[in-house]
Amino acid sequence: MTVGARWTGRSLRRFEDPALVRGLGRFVADIADHHNGTLHAAFVRSPAPAGRIRSIEAPPGAPVLTAASFPGIRTICARLDRPDFVALETPVLATDAVRHPGEPVALVVAGSRAEAEDLAEQVVVDIEATRPVLDAAAAIDPAAPAVHPGLEMPMGNNVVLDARMATGGVDEAFESADEIVTLDIRAHRQNALPIEARGALAAHDPGTGRTTLTAANQMPHMLRTALADILDIPEADLRVVTPEVGGGFGQKMCVPREYVALVAAARLLGATIAWIEDRSENLLASWHSRDHSYRLRGAFTADGRLLGLDADIVCNIGAYSNYPVTFGVEPLMAMAELPGPYRLSQYRVRSRGVTTNMCPIAPYRGVSRPVLTLAMERLMDTAARRLGLDPVETRRANLVKDFPYSMPTGLPVDPGSYVETLDAAAEAIDLESFRRRQQRAAAEGRYLGVGFSVFGERTGYGTPAFAARAMEITPGYETVQLEMNPSGDVTARIGASPHGQGLATALSQLLADELGVEPRQVAVVHGDTDNTPYGWGTFASRSMVIAGGATKLAAERLAARLKEIAAHQLEASPEDIRLEQGSAVVAGTSVGVTLPEIARIAHHSSHRLPDGLEPGLAVAATYDPAGTFSNACHAAVVEVDPDTGHVEIERFVVIADAGLEVNPMIVEGQIHGGVTQGIANALYEELVVDGDGNLLTASLMDFLPPTAAEVPTIEVTHIQTITDASITGAKGVGEGGAIGAPAAVLNAVSDALTPLGIEVNEMPATPARVRELIRRVQPATTGGRQ
Amino acid sequence: MTARRAELTLTVNGQPYDVAVEPRKTLADTLREECGLTGTHLGCEHGVCGACTVLVDDEPVRACLMFAVQCSGQAIRTVEGLADGESLHPIQQAFWEHHGLQCGFCTPGFLMLATSVLESRPDIGDEELREVLASNLCRCTGYQNIITSVHSARDQMRS
Repeated sequence: MTVGARWTGRSLRRFEDPALVRGLGRFVADIADHHNGTLHAAFVRSPAPAGRIRSIEAPPGAPVLTAASFPGIRTICARLDRPDFVALETPVLATDAVRHPGEPVALVVAGSRAEAEDLAEQVVVDIEATRPVLDAAAAIDPAAPAVHPGLEMPMGNNVVLDARMATGGVDEAFESADEIVTLDIRAHRQNALPIEARGALAAHDPGTGRTTLTAANQMPHMLRTALADILDIPEADLRVVTPEVGGGFGQKMCVPREYVALVAAARLLGATIAWIEDRSENLLASWHSRDHSYRLRGAFTADGRLLGLDADIVCNIGAYSNYPVTFGVEPLMAMAELPGPYRLSQYRVRSRGVTTNMCPIAPYRGVSRPVLTLAMERLMDTAARRLGLDPVETRRANLVKDFPYSMPTGLPVDPGSYVETLDAAAEAIDLESFRRRQQRAAAEGRYLGVGFSVFGERTGYGTPAFAARAMEITPGYETVQLEMNPSGDVTARIGASPHGQGLATALSQLLADELGVEPRQVAVVHGDTDNTPYGWGTFASRSMVIAGGATKLAAERLAARLKEIAAHQLEASPEDIRLEQGSAVVAGTSVGVTLPEIARIAHHSSHRLPDGLEPGLAVAATYDPAGTFSNACHAAVVEVDPDTGHVEIERFVVIADAGLEVNPMIVEGQIHGGVTQGIANALYEELVVDGDGNLLTASLMDFLPPTAAEVPTIEVTHIQTITDASITGAKGVGEGGAIGAPAAVLNAVSDALTPLGIEVNEMPATPARVRELIRRVQPATTGGRQ
Repeated sequence: MTARRAELTLTVNGQPYDVAVEPRKTLADTLREECGLTGTHLGCEHGVCGACTVLVDDEPVRACLMFAVQCSGQAIRTVEGLADGESLHPIQQAFWEHHGLQCGFCTPGFLMLATSVLESRPDIGDEELREVLASNLCRCTGYQNIITSVHSARDQMRS
């Protein structure tokens, strides 16, 4: 499909960038600051993790809005249609109870953000605190306090999802195993931390009765529907605009309570109100992520074949559900995709979601996959070590080689390059010479290690995949509306909502090849529900697969129209017309007509169109694929300082296969960014609370994203396996970096500490955590080298 | 409650701006709200992320940690002042060429940080440059292309 492509496959500079490097990109706070007469909101938040609200006292005359200010407002609630699921309803503002620290209780509106924050501090929320439960394991205990008292929990105290599946011969697989490896994996709580925190501007127009919400968000159409449902107002009276958005990584995907309250307040007051989240609010109460525990048992033969897998997964989903994907997304994705690219026939899994008095969880780059990949890849390394085998060989023996392959969960895996990427990574690392260097270093008392991580990432999945999760809302398809304007340039209106990915540039490359125009002649319109077709937005590594696929389908329709008109003008057959370099030409001749000439005829002189063709050049197409798998192998080389527990990453190698790369520069940038977040997840970033639920990492002095000093050069090699699971050939790349990196890093740290008999199965592997593991095996030392 | 406002003239990108601000108002908020220069972004408002980096008398500062009233009489430079009309500054051009940005939110801060270091130390070595660039946070790029961009601008600005 790329034969003869002029633009697809080129690292074209992004059209998005000139405005951004000039400081002229307009993010929501910029729009608010340029708007005269904007009021500003601040939220009053619960200081307690659990309790009953006795009273809310505001200074006299202060414009404080509480749940009581909005009679008739509905709760936020998304559902899964399955018997092992308990739906949790989220009030927009807390009513009688608070269930997590930072829960919004009231909204203060003032002339400036500073005044609003001053006033919010003067609002006294009297809470009768009750005993909180913060940890999922503790919450399951029948004696633990109920996070949602009065809500029936038939599957156990605070258990809101308890999903199970098993193939027929799991016990037999374990009985016949030579070695059973048991592993406990823990991924602590983190924050996706887009560098622009959340923020929104709600503007009500009393004249039209319409309200426009300009918001840092990844799913503008979904947000509009949710606002209409929750506030019980006509959806046509709402417009959601997502301007420049400063990263999302999942945190800006779900419907925030604050945005709903802001729209309600703007309509109540007939005003324009901005809320710009500060970083401490963001760390405390935006959405949290991860917080999974896995107990894995793997049944292996003596030569390293994995016969069966038994897993017990517990996800701490926090106090409420997100909307629309629900808290089920974490435990159910973990359950469905845990076996990964390893061939095994016997699989049993129990996966639970547990509600606690912690901030609710939303998807974060990779969702469950960084953790399930960590689990499987630690299992592979641990098994290899126990059996005295080479970790690379053990992986190779188990990786899927023949396609199509079906996971034991029934999930089909399309062709990929699992073994090839592993081999290429091992070669890039030069494993043999590394082992010699590692031995020499060991003789000097230094701890070097190497770790690998192989994974497949299910991407570009449409409606059927979400339906299989029994989701009431299935954010699957994308629609693209395409129009060639009378001047011959092209406008593409998309339902996807890019926020830094460069999708507009990449789609313009696709369109340029399909239509024979220059990429700069394409304008991609996104992030405005009044001006784009209904769609699901940008998340889940899906945009180039699904919005790209819809773009290609729409372009084919437009190309057919152009050819038909050109053929009529040129008295040729449409099959003989080629679209190239701005013209429609008869193949093999110099006879042609320019696209602007065709466009003028179609729009302005439609009497000259062939019979039966309607005026204009507007087409639309929808794409709703079943899904595909990207894959990659990551390899990390680290040195661990046993005195400090500090991990230095010497090298980081990625062999990535995201299928067709429309713009390789953008693909590589996604991998760099993803790996960096994966390294951050593996080593640095953790939301820590004390026993009362107080967040101890509420600033960037304590929650530690890595800087340029911590991140190594990331060495990327590209493989492109093209399958027919995606009509563009692209497989999706947004999340892969974050999925593979934690496992590679923790395998490397464990490899480095093998001489001490230490295995690191907890992320992040902070210096304190690494030191604690070393202290356990070297109790007599306080840290000095021996 | 009406807070006392200080009247002062800020010189931003060579242009005078007469503003009346509360003494507690930060330079970042003043640039954005009073001068209409919203290219200076706020990522943390506590001096860690560096998205709000501007130059005051050619030194990089966190505009979220400085009050506007501290800047009277000093030369303030922001991202809006980098380009010369339609011509991008070499550092802006380099970020564009080398994919040194994705969402672009942290970019103004990195551009000003890099401008200041390359102007004051045109021969700075790679290692030291990496240390300087570690002053600011980026959540999208993984820094690699930012470093490549600044290397390229350094070479461009020296030649």
